[in-house]
Amino acid sequence: MDVLVCVKRVPAVGSEILLTADATAIDTRHLGFTIGPHEECAVEEAVRIAERTGGSAGVLTVGPPEADEQLRYAMSMGADHAVRVDDPVADPDPETTAAAITAALRGLPPDVVLFGEASADAGHAQVGFRVACALRRPVVGGVKGIGLDGDRVTLRCDAPDGVEVHEAPLPAVAAVLEGLNLPRYPTIKGRLRAKKATVRVIAPDLSTGRLRTLRLRHRPEARAETVVLGRGAAAAPAVVDVLADLGMVR
Amino acid sequence: MVLTVIERNGDGTPTAESAEVLAAARDLAEQLGVPVAAVAVGDAGDLPDDLAKRGVAQLHLLQHALLADGSPSCTGEALSQLVAAQRPAAVLAPGTDRSTEAMAWAAAELGVPLATACTEIRPGIRPGEPWEVTRERSGGILLEDAVLDAPIRLATVRPGAPVPSETAAAHEVTVHVLVPDLDASVPRARLVDRRPRAAGMTLTTAPVVVAGGRGVGGADGDAVLEELAGLVGGAVGCSRVATNNGWRPHADQVGLTGTRISPDLYVACGISGATQHWVGCMNARSILAVNTDPEAPMVTRATWAVIGDVHEVLPAVIAELRRRSGR
Ligand SMILES: Cc1cc2nc3c(=O)[nH]c(=O)nc-3n(C[C@H](O)[C@H](O)[C@H](O)COP(=O)(O)OP(=O)(O)OC[C@H]3O[C@@H](n4cnc5c(N)ncnc54)[C@H](O)[C@@H]3O)c2cc1C
Ligand SMILES: Nc1ncnc2c1ncn2[C@@H]1O[C@H](COP(=O)(O)O)[C@@H](O)[C@H]1O
Repeated sequence: MDVLVCVKRVPAVGSEILLTADATAIDTRHLGFTIGPHEECAVEEAVRIAERTGGSAGVLTVGPPEADEQLRYAMSMGADHAVRVDDPVADPDPETTAAAITAALRGLPPDVVLFGEASADAGHAQVGFRVACALRRPVVGGVKGIGLDGDRVTLRCDAPDGVEVHEAPLPAVAAVLEGLNLPRYPTIKGRLRAKKATVRVIAPDLSTGRLRTLRLRHRPEARAETVVLGRGAAAAPAVVDVLADLGMVR
Repeated sequence: MVLTVIERNGDGTPTAESAEVLAAARDLAEQLGVPVAAVAVGDAGDLPDDLAKRGVAQLHLLQHALLADGSPSCTGEALSQLVAAQRPAAVLAPGTDRSTEAMAWAAAELGVPLATACTEIRPGIRPGEPWEVTRERSGGILLEDAVLDAPIRLATVRPGAPVPSETAAAHEVTVHVLVPDLDASVPRARLVDRRPRAAGMTLTTAPVVVAGGRGVGGADGDAVLEELAGLVGGAVGCSRVATNNGWRPHADQVGLTGTRISPDLYVACGISGATQHWVGCMNARSILAVNTDPEAPMVTRATWAVIGDVHEVLPAVIAELRRRSGR
């Protein structure tokens, strides 16, 4: 079984986010980069499926050369090949991303293509569905469990009122959520292998989509000053006073 | 027209999120001077009467056996056919997972952009001029102003938008049925099983959530969280550090890739308040932070804080609670 995972290089922001002077992007001069947790689980799942079925686990990204770092991270987790669709734009719009992935997939027909439910930075929550539509593949989103059964795949999701199980013929597409599994940490051996592995680069013709970022903004925050109730165990009576005021002491 | 996607409750009425979108659609339609239309799957039922009070002039019902599952590819394809026929100025849908997925499929079929999680939609002044939207990125960590440049503007509206209380002047709602021509050659996913969730308090329904992070220091440290939550009638949550270390199941994780909650009180124990955690709890009515670091972002943003070690503070709070309630 061949599985391919689409991952995006995103800034690993902490508790404060700085924007560039023109406010069109996050100032990443002092930041590291990562892939989102949903995608990390997708990579883990792909590696497990490949191990179980004797197939392959590939990773693909659309982005600039720096995004090879994230492909190598996925390879250090056990992915066995990587493709980068070259795009100088760090945060392409979802139409462009989907078109780039669709073009790349025409040359690599995996049995299962995995996406994250939403990218960690832009969060458009649409690239996987656009690709599935373009390729005319079955797709399920919000996936928290994947089972393989011959030429079919079962996909388990949390719905607002319970759990749903979907079944799709292969080849299929799924957008997955963190919680699907507990991703492994890369081993030293895995890191060394990934360092030496090659990333295949392709450069299809891409036109830009029609959702264009003008500026990023911080959300207005209206919080009063914090009331410090005290230090250590001595603060307990004050804490219980607060709980009592809120009607929580029964 | 502004076309509004209606999700329905089990009894056929519009969901709360759909009511929010209808309010946003009415606002937009007024600015554009066009009518509001709605689209829903299934039979009319009481929907026309209900929508009349919400200012809707036309209701389009999508009817097809394949739509019963709620499959986004089928709904998306049906929606794209309705949109291609009606050419609305805009299509607004609730920002729920299901509607977002259907809208993404429809946008791909129609070859148009889609702006998700919008908090504001600003139409161009002249016809054909690009529109602007404000959308939430990363679950609301940042806001993004973006240009949406297309002949038909597709957008999903972030849940939680305010709904005006007064209803619009009642309209006569005309009902139109569309039986979409769903492409039989497209392989689809099928819903094969649906199991209802076990009853009981969840992170999203609990009035109080007591959550632990790295500062709690491991699965053994969680006993005090459980005990405190039990005493105040709440649920236990955690940060991603706790989940990644296997201290708690992912279902308990609060944050961007976990659950977004809005309890009356959030008690954050040994949690620093990284942006990705903060978006999960920022809608709490109040926050109590327990942290050794007075400068931790969770502390500086909290309503109340206790500076100290969770392993000293929580047992003391539990003892005081028991003393006062005589338990
Ligand atoms: C794309 C992405 C998505 C993410 N999604 C999520 C998400 O959904 N949810 C989430 O939680 N995180 C998420 N994260 C991770 C997030 O960035 C932080 O790493 C995480 O929230 C930190 O968890 P923490 O606060 O428990 O740990 P830390 O940041 O290490 O903070 C520990 C805190 O405990 C305090 N402390 C230490 N010892 C004690 C003690 N004995 N008593 C009291 N206080 C003590 C410290 O002062 C510190 O403030 C995501 C990250 C990325 C990149
Ligand atoms: N630049 C990219 N390269 C590869 N995959 C991407 C890229 N952007 C988004 N994706 C994939 O599409 C999913 C949904 O992204 P989005 O629609 O932006 O929320 C992500 O979780 C990734 O799996």
